[in-house]
This record gives sequence, structure tokens and C-alpha cells, in this order.
Amino acid sequence: MSGAPGEVPLSIALREELGDAIETARTLQGELTLRVKCEAVARVCATLRERHGFTRLVDLCGVDFPGRDPRFEIVYHLCDPAAGRRVRVKVTAGEETPVPSVTGVWRAADWPEREVWDLFGVRFEGHPELARLLLWDDFEGHPLRKDFPVEGTSSLSPSPGEGGGEGTGEGAGG
Amino acid sequence: METAPPTTPEPPLLTTTWDRIFDWARRLGVRPVRLGLGCCAFEMLPGLDPRHDLARFGPETFRATPGKSDLLVVAGPVSRKMAPLVRRIWDEMPDPKWSIALGSCAGGGPWRTYAVTRGLESVIPVDIHVPGCPPGAEALLAALRELEKKIRPEGAAS
Amino acid sequence: MRVLGEELELRFGPQHPAIQGVLVLRLRVDGDRIVECRPVIGHLHRGLEKLFETRPFGESLPLTGHLDLAAPVTSNLAYVGAVERLLGVEAPPRARFLRTLFAELQRIASHLLWLGTHAADAGAVPPFFAALRERDRVLDLWASYLAGWPGESGLRPGGLSHDLPEGWSERCREFLDGFPAALATCEGALTESRLWKKRTVGLGVLAAEAAVDLGVTGPALRASGVAWDLRRARPCEAWGEVDFDVPVGRNGDTYDRYLVRIEEMRQAARIAVQCLDRLPDGPVLADLPPAPEAPRDSEVYHAVEGPRGEIGFYLVGDGTATPWRCHPRAPSLANLQALPEICRGELVSDLVALIGTLDVALGEVDR
Repeated sequence: MSGAPGEVPLSIALREELGDAIETARTLQGELTLRVKCEAVARVCATLRERHGFTRLVDLCGVDFPGRDPRFEIVYHLCDPAAGRRVRVKVTAGEETPVPSVTGVWRAADWPEREVWDLFGVRFEGHPELARLLLWDDFEGHPLRKDFPVEGTSSLSPSPGEGGGEGTGEGAGG
Repeated sequence: METAPPTTPEPPLLTTTWDRIFDWARRLGVRPVRLGLGCCAFEMLPGLDPRHDLARFGPETFRATPGKSDLLVVAGPVSRKMAPLVRRIWDEMPDPKWSIALGSCAGGGPWRTYAVTRGLESVIPVDIHVPGCPPGAEALLAALRELEKKIRPEGAAS
Repeated sequence: MRVLGEELELRFGPQHPAIQGVLVLRLRVDGDRIVECRPVIGHLHRGLEKLFETRPFGESLPLTGHLDLAAPVTSNLAYVGAVERLLGVEAPPRARFLRTLFAELQRIASHLLWLGTHAADAGAVPPFFAALRERDRVLDLWASYLAGWPGESGLRPGGLSHDLPEGWSERCREFLDGFPAALATCEGALTESRLWKKRTVGLGVLAAEAAVDLGVTGPALRASGVAWDLRRARPCEAWGEVDFDVPVGRNGDTYDRYLVRIEEMRQAARIAVQCLDRLPDGPVLADLPPAPEAPRDSEVYHAVEGPRGEIGFYLVGDGTATPWRCHPRAPSLANLQALPEICRGELVSDLVALIGTLDVALGEVDR
């Protein structure tokens, strides 16, 4: 199967190996971005690692596009150190759609997937322990969603230490 | 024959109260516990070096144990996740105790987000705010001198 | 510290000067050996990534200096490089050499802070003062370039805010000429010390394959024998135009991570001298409109080799002057993920040295 004009050899090879799991391939600013079917992402990543040398997961993050459906993008930046190549893999996910975890492909995905759950509310199926990473357990909401206000919402209860120093009245303090 | 009065001077006697002694000791030797939460922590480090030498103004040792300290210096933003820990450290310190909010972040600062408290003052009582981003070791020294005045009781001679 | 049967919860920091914030560790121990170590992070989370989305590219620059609080300049550099690529702008050659010079001075300052605190953690206190004194000299150089550490490094999208003041090059050369001897003073007490070696050789071994799998970069990766350095693999700024060696370890233990960082400081000074020698003339700032807009549907990832590893930024443009998304790739996040790996089987009393050897900046972990 030949790819679109100008499509790089990697994406052509991947289409041959993975078929319609690869939705699109785009090169911009010298960077190759592959859009991949959400349910196939673990399989695509495993292929990239085992057959194409992408042994490093450089980064994994989320992006919110509330005007789109599904609204979230999960973005993976991979690196093949031997050949010095990089590739960006993206999937889209909705609020209810779990994304297959890639912790089985790279252990480096552990905390970044937890962070996406914490800040965007996207679940990763197969993650060993999907818990909040940066915020605390009682925190309500997912702050990097575009509809979450920067300063938080008034319904956010303060963490246990907040509430100020009134009533303490000790020593010469205050 | 009259006995001449003794010519050797009497040894000087210093009369005082326990409170004054303790205050004098506290002034000269605050025992800080330092919460270096952000970049300001790095500005506290040069305070220890020979150029600034904070130790000559009293705080010889920065203890890690709140139970043995009387001054809490918080340098950096107090996140909402951090707030309960700051509260716990403050509560573990015995009376009398004082606190310094070092830097703009500790004083309420630029981080107006869901994640940060409105400053150290929303968590514990604060004696001295030192503004600056970062304030510099000299500003911490000035804050310690201000603190000395707070510890000194009203009307006492220096 | 709470004790729950065999479980200990330790709160490390924030008294520790280099740890910036607090790191909570949940340990399972068997006697005094660590069986499992689970870090709990987020105590310095300020919501930086949310703030990036509320202001134009240029205004977010100071925020990037608040990620890695011990190395703001390299974070700034990765950010301005990403913005330049997104906007299709190139910094002039003189700016690229100066930015490389500043990045290497940053590497020296950051590694000196690490050296002083790591040595003090392990009980060797004199290097702490020697290292801080040298670091002060680097900070003085920056202060004489401009004020406002760490929020302001002079870097800008398009180059630098202004050129070097008169006499700055000479002062910088003076520092660099004296640096090898000063470094020898700092490391002299350690490198061949029987006690230092006893404390660090064989401690916290990180195998090469595990390091790569965990996403570790920087000196911790190279100490494990993996010769990966972005300055060689993807040279940007002026790194492709200067000569330097990249130290690589063999055993992946605490001693090797120490040796790698010491040598990196020597090489950083070597690069810095070449930047001064080869500094081209010309402007230091490209022409940019005051609030440049990124093209619609644009995205870029750009990274540099910071003192802790690969510091990168993923930017998404939406046709306005504000990024739709700005996500820092923080080397310390992946590096800290390796802590459980290197702690397993080690003594609890070595925990401080193990955390120190990874040289983690919690400001960029928590963001």
C-alpha cells in the first residue's frame, strides 16, 4: 500500500503493518504526527517500540478541545535514539471513553497517564493504579479542562490546612 | 581608730526578671525551621555562606525539628496540597513562636489559581512579610532584625 | 513519620535546600532495608499549565523560569526555542551563541548547587561552601548582565533582550579561567576519598535498560552507560558549532552519577569559552511583532539538554497570540519515577543520598 504523496517511509510501513489503526499521517515543521484509533493505541505503540526502535516515551499529555467530539486528545511523543527519529502519536477520547494504557510498553507512561486522569478526567484502561498525581483525593473536577476556571470554583472545599490563623492566639505571633 | 571603708569596688549586680532573660536569649538565638518551598529557598542558602553569614545574627542552626524551633520561615508558595503540612509543622512548634513569610509567593503572590492558597496568612498567623521575588539574603537579615524588636518586651533597654 | 506495621511514611523536605517543596515517600521496609518506595508529589503544584493558557507567549516566559527553580535559564531556552519554531522565527547567530553560553553557565550553577547539597547530605560539608561560593560567582555574572533572577534571564522569543554590557566578556573569561582550579577544590575532597566512595559506589544502581524504559534523561541516564545527549543528538542554538565531550558512566551507581556531573561542569566551561571565542557580531534579537500569533492548527515540540535532562515544551497554536496548550516536558518527572527502582534493597539511611543523586527539581515535577 503506498501512502499519500510525500508520506514518510515510517508511516507507510506502519499502515502496512497496522492497517486502518493509523488514521492519518501529517508532517509539519519536520515533525511526523500520526493519528491513531483510540482502541489501537497500545498495539501501535508496541509495534513502534518493538519493530521500529522507538524505545523512549519522551512525553504523554492531554489537550482539551471542547468544541470537538470527542473532546480530548492524548498526545504521545516518542523517540528512536538509534536513528535519531521522533514521532508524535495522537488519539482522541471522550469523557467516558477509556484509553488503553501504554504502561505495558513503557514504564515511563505511569505518572503521565495518572496526570492526564488528574487534570483532564480521561481514564486509562489497564493502568496499574490510576490515582490523582498532583492534586489531592478530595479535589473535585479536572482543572485543565477548558471549562474549569483558572481560580477554581467556589464549590471547591479548602484543603484541611486552610482557614487561616484566627483563634490560635498563641505567643507573640500574629 | 576608724576603719576605712573598703576601696575595692563592689562587683556590679544585674537585677532582672526571668522574662527578660528569656527574651534576651530568644532574641539572640532564634532557632528557625525553614520551609524552602520555592526559589526563595535558594536565596536563603547564600545567607549561610561567609559573605552574608546569617549565623552571626542569631540563627546559628536551621533545625529540621519543629518541636525544637521557635521561628518558622516559609519561603515559597503555599499550595493547597501543602497547606495541611504547614499547619501541622506550626502546631508542633512550642510557644512562644514566630513566623516569617519570605517572598512574594509566601505573602499571597502571583499564583491566582485553583492550586494555591492566598498566602501563608491563610494558613497560620504571620509576624513578618518580606516582599520580593526573590528578596535576597539581605532582606532576610532585615526581617530577622525586625523580629528582634517584636521579641523584645515593651520599654526594655537594648 | 507514621509507622503502620512495616510501612513508613516519610516526609522529605521541605527543609532540604535543594528539594524545593516537599516530597512524601511511602516506604515499605524490612528491618532497615527498603522493599518498596512510592513518592507522593504535587505539594508545589501551582497550576502553571493553566496559567500558560491565559496569556500571550511572551508573558509566559517568566513562568517557565519557575519550573526548574535551580535551572531557570535552560527552561527559558527550551520555551523560547519552541515559540520560535511555532512562529517560524529564527534567533540571530550572535544570540544563539550567547544563549548557548548562558545555558552552559546554567549547567555549571545547577551542578554546583547539586554538588554542595548532595555532598552535605552524605556528610561531606566543606564542598557545600566551596560549591556555593563558585555558584555565587555565576549568579554575579548574571546579575551584572541583568537583574531579576530567576524570573528574568534576558532570553526572549527571537533572541535576547539586550547585548552584553561592556566588560562582561572579560569577567566571564576570568571566571571560566579560574573555574577548573575551583572545581578541583570542590571535588578534591570527594572523588578519591575512600569515605565518599564507600558511600556512593554501588549505591542506587540504575540499569541502562530500566533507565530508558522509565524515560530517564540527563546525567542519570548517561551514568548508566547510555550515550544520549540532546546537544549531540539534536543540536540547536550553537551546540552544533562547538567541540565538547559527553561523559558516560558504566555502572549507573551514585558514584558514576557524581563523576558524570563533575565532568559535565568541566565540559560546560570548555563550551562557554568557545562561545566567547567564536561569538559573531550582529544583532541579538530578530524582528517580531509585539504580540505574535501562532498559525491555526499548529503544534511543535522543542527540547534542549538541561542540567537534569531533556527539558521540552509542547505548544499548540490556535491562530491567536495565546497558546491553546503549553505543556512542559520536565526531566525531573521521569527521573523521579526511577527513585523506586534505585531504592529497592537499599538502606533507609541512604535515602537522602539516593534522592540527591537523581537531582530532582520538584518545581518542574509539580508545575
